[in-house]
Amino acid sequence: MSSRAPVLVENYAPSYGPHDWMTAPHSTGTSIMAAEFDGGVVIGADSRTTTGAYIANRVTDKLTRVTDNIYCCRSGSAADTQAIADIVSYHLNFHAMELGEKPLVNIGAAVFRELCYNYRDSLMAGILVAGWDKRNGGQVYSVPIGGMCVRQPVSIGGSGSSYVYGYVDANFKQGMTKEECVKFITNTLSLAMARDGSSGGVVRLGIITEEGIERRVVLGNELPKFYEG
Amino acid sequence: MSSIGTGYDLSASQFSPDGRVFQVEYAVKAVENSGTVIALKGKDGVVFAVEKLVTSKLYEPGANRRIFNIDSHVGMIDSHVGMAVSGLIADARQIVEIARREAANYRAQYNVCIPLKYLNDRVSMYMHAYTLYSAVRPYGCSVILSSYDNVDGPQMYMIDPSGVSYGYYGCAIGKAKQSAKTEIEKLKLTNMSTKDLVKEAARIVYLVHDELKDKNFELELSWVCADSKGRHEKVPELVYAEAEKSAKQAMEADSDSDTEDM
Repeated sequence: MSSRAPVLVENYAPSYGPHDWMTAPHSTGTSIMAAEFDGGVVIGADSRTTTGAYIANRVTDKLTRVTDNIYCCRSGSAADTQAIADIVSYHLNFHAMELGEKPLVNIGAAVFRELCYNYRDSLMAGILVAGWDKRNGGQVYSVPIGGMCVRQPVSIGGSGSSYVYGYVDANFKQGMTKEECVKFITNTLSLAMARDGSSGGVVRLGIITEEGIERRVVLGNELPKFYEG
Repeated sequence: MSSIGTGYDLSASQFSPDGRVFQVEYAVKAVENSGTVIALKGKDGVVFAVEKLVTSKLYEPGANRRIFNIDSHVGMIDSHVGMAVSGLIADARQIVEIARREAANYRAQYNVCIPLKYLNDRVSMYMHAYTLYSAVRPYGCSVILSSYDNVDGPQMYMIDPSGVSYGYYGCAIGKAKQSAKTEIEKLKLTNMSTKDLVKEAARIVYLVHDELKDKNFELELSWVCADSKGRHEKVPELVYAEAEKSAKQAMEADSDSDTEDM
């Protein structure tokens, strides 16, 4: 048995011997995604949390509230990403009180970047920040492992994402309607979950617009089916 | 001020029995000895006009400017916040530095321009802190902050030595603030273009200038508006010349009508 401390991982599944579920990190071996559409953003994630090869949670919610209009998709160490999301949430709430208005999405992304960059040696976190604000509308920012921050109209993350880059490139279109975008994200995540061993479960979705967030879930037996060869 | 010297005016940390803080009131007096500063907010911009008094002919032109740029992007010289100051220039320069530091910190932390409302809160809190302790004196200056952007439109705030601040459509500080305010009140500010504001501001500065007490002055004009793409800058030379010319003409017309009345 390994002597490593258990950590939940939400984007990759390292192996730690025959009883790794006792000692491996909790991670969200993950497929996460966010895309802008006409009027807002859609965010999505699978629901699998693993401790090595053991599925510690099959109905995880990796779409985490930061403020009413900003959410993040978490991948990497569950503990790290939850802690970061809590800290950013605190900062943005404080800032909202000082400003007297809702914080902008790019400000939220900058706070994530600041933390992820400064503590890059001790964190394992790949985060997508998405939300809506009155200044720039729906926005997606990617904050990957080294602490970079970049705005993208569509972004994917987690271990499952490597299987679907081609699908995203081929199928994403700027200015989709809400339902087109939801369909696109559900399809992409289903494909990623089918190929990636450490992704799976249900597809969780969030649609953020001026009105706030609308949450949806697509259960395992309702997922779109594709060729499985 | 009848109650001068009753012993309650030596410290900023002590009230007088009737609830006043004399040190703060003296700081306001310091501002009232300074050249007039006018700020006007129109439909798509804010204009500053400063009557910069020149106390010696030996000074170079353009020395001791009273309009400052506050927040500039890294590697760029343009600024989206302007500050005009009245009162002790050395005190004011310290406030300018504080405002610049606040703006730079905000940009470092959040990667965006500081909202003027937030900058105003921070600077006024700082000035207010100097009215609380016996070891320091209040700042002998008032400052006006301005900015423009597409979403929030034009914004303007004035902070006085007590640290109190308000948003304004038009405001005046310094020597001739009373007569300047009377002139400003006659304008329909909310639907005026920036070009018209420049002319009016220049005219008012010339009008309220007291030629008997202060012989020489330099007119400083700046704007931050839609036309300048949200940048705070000196008005272009052409606009400046035109505004100065029409201000002088207005003065002549005014003095002509004065003689007719007599």
